[in-house]
Amino acid sequence: MSLYRTLAIFVRQVFLFKSNPTRLVSIFLWLIIDIIQWGFISRYLGSLGQATFSFITVILGAIILWEFMARIEQGIMMAFLEDIWSQNFINFFASPLKVREYLGGLILTSITSGAAAFVGIAMGIFVSGIIFRLGPSAEWLGWPIPMVLSIFSGVYYPISTLPPYLQVFARVIPPAYVFESCRAVLATGNLPAGYAFDLAAGALIAAAYLAATSLFFVRVYRRNLESGSISRFNAEAL
Amino acid sequence: MDDCSASGSGECILKITGLTKDYGPFRALDRVSFSVAQGEIVGLLGPNGAGKTTTINMILGILKATEGAIEVLGKDLDRHRSEISCSVNFAAVYAHVPANLTVRQNLYVFALLYGVRKIKERIADLVAEFDLERLADKKSGLLSSGELSRLSLAKALMNRPRLLLLDEPTASLDPSISLLVREKIKNYVRSVKAGILWTSHNMSEIEEVCDKVLFLSHGQILLEGDPGKLPAEHGKKDLEELFITVAREPVSLKE
Repeated sequence: MSLYRTLAIFVRQVFLFKSNPTRLVSIFLWLIIDIIQWGFISRYLGSLGQATFSFITVILGAIILWEFMARIEQGIMMAFLEDIWSQNFINFFASPLKVREYLGGLILTSITSGAAAFVGIAMGIFVSGIIFRLGPSAEWLGWPIPMVLSIFSGVYYPISTLPPYLQVFARVIPPAYVFESCRAVLATGNLPAGYAFDLAAGALIAAAYLAATSLFFVRVYRRNLESGSISRFNAEAL
Repeated sequence: MDDCSASGSGECILKITGLTKDYGPFRALDRVSFSVAQGEIVGLLGPNGAGKTTTINMILGILKATEGAIEVLGKDLDRHRSEISCSVNFAAVYAHVPANLTVRQNLYVFALLYGVRKIKERIADLVAEFDLERLADKKSGLLSSGELSRLSLAKALMNRPRLLLLDEPTASLDPSISLLVREKIKNYVRSVKAGILWTSHNMSEIEEVCDKVLFLSHGQILLEGDPGKLPAEHGKKDLEELFITVAREPVSLKE
């Protein structure tokens, strides 16, 4: 694995940010809008006088964490989409670049443009793999995925709010462990029993997702070598 | 002819043996064999859909062959793809460089990808060679098609490739620049002892540049030989007339 080739993918993204600084704004803009919006909602709910805990600390903390992960997922996907939009796949994959170096470059880009979180990276690789498999027309799939997962992650409410059959999904979504622990600490002021085990389980699942989605991407790449999809992406992206 | 030694030239740059590509029941390329020797420019000709781009994509390693072998500089592409890619490059009208990057930034990224040493000097040389100096800090998306072709050629020579694949490299260039580019490429082949596989629909260009031509039709090599002699051998006045026959009545040439 060549560090230079991984760096090339990262440098390409740095050049993109340099040529258009407004791209950087998108990393923070939605986070800021969410914080402002939920800040006002929390304040309003607090004014009703029925709050049993601090809406501001619980909801805003969860939103900030979730938004970072969503930004990372979209950071990976955007770096990948750049190559589709610029019809550059042939140039990259005809060079000595290996698929794992390409993935390394996408991850490096995402880590640098946001906070590092395995789940966000794994989600980003998974969505990029789906687009790589189905073609540029599947791009829309990438945008709502964080929102769909947030339903089961306990960002805005405790997992126990979900019907029992939906709580099963929360068990396999690592951020759910983080949000539940945060919520318990804020509500009671104490660390919940078994929190270390829960966080370790969440981290392990996240690491497994990262490995699985990376393998998925490599498999899609190999399949595309057979089908000729890499060269066809150029025409399809027009 | 799939053996470089038979062409009387030196080292074999590219050797293709029995290359076949199936898409389900459709055979896009059927047991194609040919070679490119050191210092040789080989024209790959044929009507649209004949299998030229399929062949090029397989040599570039972005499409897997169903059967057959590709050797570049004596190494098997399947087993040494990354190593071989360091000695290969290409320019094609359909392979764009990122539009939001400037000419210089694009060349820098590709220099990193190809592991080029003394990157700044190499970029300066290429920018001067392809008359891109005044465009160096302009975004690639704002270039004219002729300027983009020159950038694509500069990128293609970035790693001083021993095997250069050119898919209609002069299609968007005016006659004057086109002539200059052909001269540069011919000089390059001599100085680096490279081999070139060149596709074009401009038959006079092929006659001027190529040492050997291969005519593909329906995924098979129909004819091959010296572009100066081949038309007469088949009773045609020039390469263009031969091309039209290959496109419209390939069966008549098989007989």
